[in-house]
Amino acid sequence: MTTTALPPLTKKDFQTDQEVRWCPGCGDYAILAAVQAIFPELGVPRENFVVVSGIGCSSRFPYYMNTYGFHSIHGRAPAVASGIKIAHPELEVWVATGDGDALAIGGNHTIHMLRRNVGIKVLLFNNRIYGLTKGQYSPTSEFHKVTKSTPFGSPDRPFNPVSLAIGAEATFVARAVDVFQAQLKDTLKAAAAHKGSAFIEILQNCNIFNDGAWLGLTEKDARSEHVMQLEHGKPLVFGKNRDKGIRRKSDGDIEVVPLGNGITESDLIVHDAHHPRPSYAFLLSHMEHRPGFPTPIGVFRAWDDLPRYEDVINDQVREVIAKKGPGDLNRLLQAGDTWEVK
Amino acid sequence: MSTLMDVPAGKTKREVIDQAVIRFAGDSGDGMQITGSQFTNTVALYGNDIATFPDYPAEIRAPAGTVPGVSGFQLNFSSEEVHTPGDSIDVLIAMNPAALKVNVGDLKANGIAIINSDSFKEGDLRKAHLTSNPLEDHSLDKFRVFPVELQRLTRSALQHLGLDAKAMDRCKNFFALGMCYWLYNRSMEPTVRWIDDKFKKKPLLAEANKLALKAGYSYCEATEAFQISYEIPPAQLSPGLYRNLSGNQALALGFVTAAKKAGLTLFLGSYPITPASDILHELSQYKDFGVLTFQAEDEIAAITSSIGASYAGSLAITTTSGPGMALKTEALGLAVMTELPLVICNIQRGGPSTGLPTKTEQADLLQALFGRNSEAPIPVLAAATPGDCFWIAVEASRIALKYMVPVIILSDGYLANGAEPWRIPSVDEIPGFPVRFATDPEGFLPYKRDPETLARPWAIPGTPGLEHRIGGLEKQDVTGNINYEPLNHEKMVRIRAAKIDAIVQDVPNVLPSGDPEGDLLLVSWGSTYGSITQAVKAERAKGRKLGHLHLRYLNPLPANLGDVLKRYRKVLVPELNMGQLLWVLRAKYLVDAVGLNKIQGRPFKQNELEQKIEEMLGRQEAR
Repeated sequence: MTTTALPPLTKKDFQTDQEVRWCPGCGDYAILAAVQAIFPELGVPRENFVVVSGIGCSSRFPYYMNTYGFHSIHGRAPAVASGIKIAHPELEVWVATGDGDALAIGGNHTIHMLRRNVGIKVLLFNNRIYGLTKGQYSPTSEFHKVTKSTPFGSPDRPFNPVSLAIGAEATFVARAVDVFQAQLKDTLKAAAAHKGSAFIEILQNCNIFNDGAWLGLTEKDARSEHVMQLEHGKPLVFGKNRDKGIRRKSDGDIEVVPLGNGITESDLIVHDAHHPRPSYAFLLSHMEHRPGFPTPIGVFRAWDDLPRYEDVINDQVREVIAKKGPGDLNRLLQAGDTWEVK
Repeated sequence: MSTLMDVPAGKTKREVIDQAVIRFAGDSGDGMQITGSQFTNTVALYGNDIATFPDYPAEIRAPAGTVPGVSGFQLNFSSEEVHTPGDSIDVLIAMNPAALKVNVGDLKANGIAIINSDSFKEGDLRKAHLTSNPLEDHSLDKFRVFPVELQRLTRSALQHLGLDAKAMDRCKNFFALGMCYWLYNRSMEPTVRWIDDKFKKKPLLAEANKLALKAGYSYCEATEAFQISYEIPPAQLSPGLYRNLSGNQALALGFVTAAKKAGLTLFLGSYPITPASDILHELSQYKDFGVLTFQAEDEIAAITSSIGASYAGSLAITTTSGPGMALKTEALGLAVMTELPLVICNIQRGGPSTGLPTKTEQADLLQALFGRNSEAPIPVLAAATPGDCFWIAVEASRIALKYMVPVIILSDGYLANGAEPWRIPSVDEIPGFPVRFATDPEGFLPYKRDPETLARPWAIPGTPGLEHRIGGLEKQDVTGNINYEPLNHEKMVRIRAAKIDAIVQDVPNVLPSGDPEGDLLLVSWGSTYGSITQAVKAERAKGRKLGHLHLRYLNPLPANLGDVLKRYRKVLVPELNMGQLLWVLRAKYLVDAVGLNKIQGRPFKQNELEQKIEEMLGRQEAR
């Protein structure tokens, strides 16, 4: 008997022959490249990957991944993916979605998938604008933003996607940025290693309708000054010279403190992504809205002790069969009171 | 042994009759549905043919004693074949003035009214908006009225058990049931067994309910109140093993059977909605058959999760009623476009909007046929009787899997909750339809079709070498790649339509019952089957030349339907809507059919149909 070891998968194995139809310069290209780069490293056979999407620019994603793929309808990707995952828990199911798809029309499915802890990885491409419909504001657009549908400024207050996911008690919540390739890949790999629901907000630039939306974080020097990389077990430090940190106040709130003058890293909060309760992660997710605070990226929360939804459902089936034996259809049809007519 | 008073057998007369209609009516908290089901089960076990009509309010507990809170359960049982719960009633059990007020209009002259006289105090009458007491004002003179102190008598039978008054009063429906068993000479055994099982963990309540039941029975014996009792011999049904089955139960069993016959796992994605929720309740119990049930966050997630499960290789179904169907519309289009098998059950209710949640209607036919954006044809099947729901579930699943299409099943509130004796098939007598997934990468293309059925291959995730993408965007023929070319689009629209048309090869030709040609053909679909069958039988007995055609396949329609329609001088289409099948038949076959339309949340009565037949054919024509 001979066994032929299959050659290891490469990035090329995940590329399709379909012409990619995103605008040149779109942040989506970088995300596609990162996903195609990490999929071969996950030790999952290619046929077990399923990429599901809704509607929007980001939702073209499945067509460019040489895996099983389902481009569904607007907002419904988490529900389609849940059906796939419940029916076949062994599949590796990823959802590609956008700020409109996941948080406006599909907001309901997003939060319910997260609260159930279905083992699906969600990549939310957040460009803070509606791209495919050519430039209306989205649920993550800033208050007062002038867009095609809000010539006098948006009256809506935005969602913070990370806060929303943590509020739904998602067991894995992270943030990454399209142009920070290494950090993006690390975050994707951390999500892949998580068994339960994993939610990643990816800050993505739409160079046509909302160019520079994340420039405050991505342009030269901004990253080091305004972005704080979260690392489990490490203190919350940021700044070009790593000279600032986040400290817990006596009232439970947090504050930014300069390091030095007697304040050392040992005074700072040590990041604990594995905490079972979501309140600390929620506090972190809100700091970027406060003056002087950085925008955290990386893994906010990765608590993997909760059973996956699809396992709970399928375990119930296994347990009943173990207890009662496999169902006998004739007996089921004849259940209850019966009578014979001769 | 019973602890009840020992009474000598009464010297009452026993009369053998062939049929009776009984209706239990009370507050929605009075247990009328349970009482009715118990009586039904007992007479069915005895061998009578039955048809039932549970009629309950949408409110869980409307204020006690009021008209909106009245819940009723009607049963027609007979030594002959029955198809309807009956137009008018022989025996009415009324637990309070409101129940009497709502139902007495249907009681036949000289019919029996058993009335709980303990609930006819001034306050009770006021709650029912009655200005005088019907027990005293002679308004019931044309009936045989039996006022019974149900509350006092039940309490006195149970007082030694040490239950509080409320718990004792809750047993009074079984006192009334016991009286009915005496009246129709039926054994209390099946109900005693049911009580023992239901209150397994509460032996005191089991004892109380059994005592109340027996007390009601003994009361009739001891008081000789009725002076007459009835005997309805068993009906001559075709041989076999029978059980009593409701439409929703039948659908659930049908889907479990279909999954087994297809060799697939059954997946149900559903969101609770009246009157469909019982299918979810039923299927969630069948874990030993590997059934996966997913109570989704909304109607849209219910169907889209099912589409996901179908994509992953399950026999996927979703169950709902009209408002939920409206929400599922966009996803139906996705199932059409991705050509995945799926069965969607619409248990119709009165509408539009929230409408009459607990009442029956057949007004979603055009929604099922056309209710989607663009050209999105879907096969539609409709069940005729509660038991037929089983066979429709199997058939809809078979078609969905064979042709790789979504299929809509139309049932309605009347079939869902109504019950009839159902001959239990043996699993082996149901033909199998094993599914074969695509596995061979050689020449695989996601939209390369089977030449006979036009079905595309079902290649499920996890199959090496068949990785492919599907979605809602227009596809290129054969490859399934996104394609916006004008001619390709037209081609694909026509292929999707041709595929549904091709299903006609699985639709049996129809043969009308009654006269094969003649003066009038009645064409029907769905739950009106029973009352129309009964009406046609009665009118043919008067010498009229009538045919009855009942359609179970509404898309595609049977190939010979057009020919059959031409064999009669006139065509009548009775429907519980404004004329939807009528509209289809007139448009498709250019036939000058007329409608009989009732939109009252209730089924047809036999005499409404007979009147229409006589109006169309003229009374003098009868020979």
